[in-house]
Amino acid sequence: MDLATLTQTVTFFALAGAVLFAALGVVLLDNVVYSAFLLGGVFLSISGLYILMNADFVSAAQILIYVGAVNVLILFAIMLVNKREAYTPVPGRWLRQGGAAVVSLGVFALLTKMILQTPWKISALPPTPDSIKTIGRHFFSDFLLPFELASVLLLMALIGAVVLARRELVLEPEPILGEEVVPPLELPERPREPVALSEK
Amino acid sequence: MESGIDLQGQFISALESFGLSHDLAKLLWLPLPMLMMLIVATVGVLVAVWLERKISAAVQQRIGPEYIGPLGILAPLADGLKLIFKEDVLPANSDRWLFTLGPAVVVIPVFLSYIIVPFGQNLLISNLAMGVFLWIALSSIAPIGLLMSGYASNNKYSLLGGLRAAAQSISYEIPLALAVLAVAMMSNGLSTVEIVEQQSAYGILSWNVWRQPIGFLIFWIAALAECERLPFDLPEAEEELVAGYQTEYAGMKFALFYLGAYVNLVLSALLVSVLYFGGWSFPIPLETIAHLLGIPETNPFLQIAFAVLGITMTLVKAYFFVFLAILLRWTVPRVRIDQLLDLGWKFLLPVGLVNLLLTAGLKLAFPLAFGG
Repeated sequence: MDLATLTQTVTFFALAGAVLFAALGVVLLDNVVYSAFLLGGVFLSISGLYILMNADFVSAAQILIYVGAVNVLILFAIMLVNKREAYTPVPGRWLRQGGAAVVSLGVFALLTKMILQTPWKISALPPTPDSIKTIGRHFFSDFLLPFELASVLLLMALIGAVVLARRELVLEPEPILGEEVVPPLELPERPREPVALSEK
Repeated sequence: MESGIDLQGQFISALESFGLSHDLAKLLWLPLPMLMMLIVATVGVLVAVWLERKISAAVQQRIGPEYIGPLGILAPLADGLKLIFKEDVLPANSDRWLFTLGPAVVVIPVFLSYIIVPFGQNLLISNLAMGVFLWIALSSIAPIGLLMSGYASNNKYSLLGGLRAAAQSISYEIPLALAVLAVAMMSNGLSTVEIVEQQSAYGILSWNVWRQPIGFLIFWIAALAECERLPFDLPEAEEELVAGYQTEYAGMKFALFYLGAYVNLVLSALLVSVLYFGGWSFPIPLETIAHLLGIPETNPFLQIAFAVLGITMTLVKAYFFVFLAILLRWTVPRVRIDQLLDLGWKFLLPVGLVNLLLTAGLKLAFPLAFGG
């Protein structure tokens, strides 16, 4: 075993261990903040695994999107609504936990069986040094449809975020006599002001 | 590709001539550039801190550090020694683990980003194909460390500072990435070496700043905001938040934040010089000079001279921008948090998108000038 292989093996086991323990910590710890930070650890370790598989672009994108954006937003949300309330103990909690454990173990066993039974095709080709160009070429040829669909999805999310953030008062039509007035849906934390008042 | 000086190859072949195996020689080589980069980054920070003290003094018509070494050059070293010997205070009811981990999470990605900073054709740790993208990805880890230390300090100012830092960092990463994207589009690649080579054909005339003036301004503003330098130092605004997420830190942990901030500043300045000001290339193309003097390019002395000149040029350009940032810090007032976010989302982001579109259009229209 030469130096490169040895380094790869050691790094793989270290990263895989980090992924497993951090993921278990995310699920099992009681403190939400710890779980969120450990989730960042899981994402980072997975990006390390991508580097081991010569997928340098995917690993950097993993760090940028999952660690830099998703995880930071999760933390941000947790810290903005950090209420520090003690959860009331639920009677028969062990039953739920036991049920969850059984279901999870079942899924785990099924997945293991699937992984062991599938004949995986491992490419013997040397890895491309310029993975970005290969990925780009695929995006604009045979993976064009998923690529464009993803952009439509992102646009929808963008518009949704704008709609949620603006939250202007829509003037409802006068209720018809005799009909019960349904209060419009509103989010609890901010008082609704008419548009004319909120603008200076 | 022009070979230039290949230190790694020569080191390994020299060790192999002593009878070591190739693997062992490579193993001995590996830590050298990393150590070199750590030292370079730290010395760069010491110089930047000294500059900060001297320039701020000059701006305020003081003299600044004077007796600690000639011209007060040793003042940053004295700062560092003082911080090392200070007591490590852990605030009451704080979260010990997160409190300790926070500064490390902030500092490590910044040092890691030095992997891609080139000082010459082969004078960088690793010429990655992703180059600048790696820097953008790594710089997005830092807000996690800031949130961590802000949360763990058990102090409302710290928490507010951490939240502000995260919001600021997320908002300004997008214009930064868009500005870099326009440059990457022109140089057909993300590798820093490719980007510099694309600009070095006609000396100063071919530097990216002439073709990307809007992109350069966006990049510089966003980089200042990412470094939390003064017009945008909201996360540690002294008058409002004591010192933001650093409030509860003392000793070496505070020193790590301090170091990280300055390393980040020097790194941003280096990247401005790489992306927009031709990196290590001289204002007049050196090959032309060598040709005029009648010296062949393979002459070893010429190559050493070129390498030294390249490192000097990179540092001169980078420290010019460090100087600008320091001058800005001591002359401009701080913006408000809503102004900061408005500038990022409502001005820089649309302008960055337009810049990207413009670059794409120009690239199609004038493929010769815009790297078609």
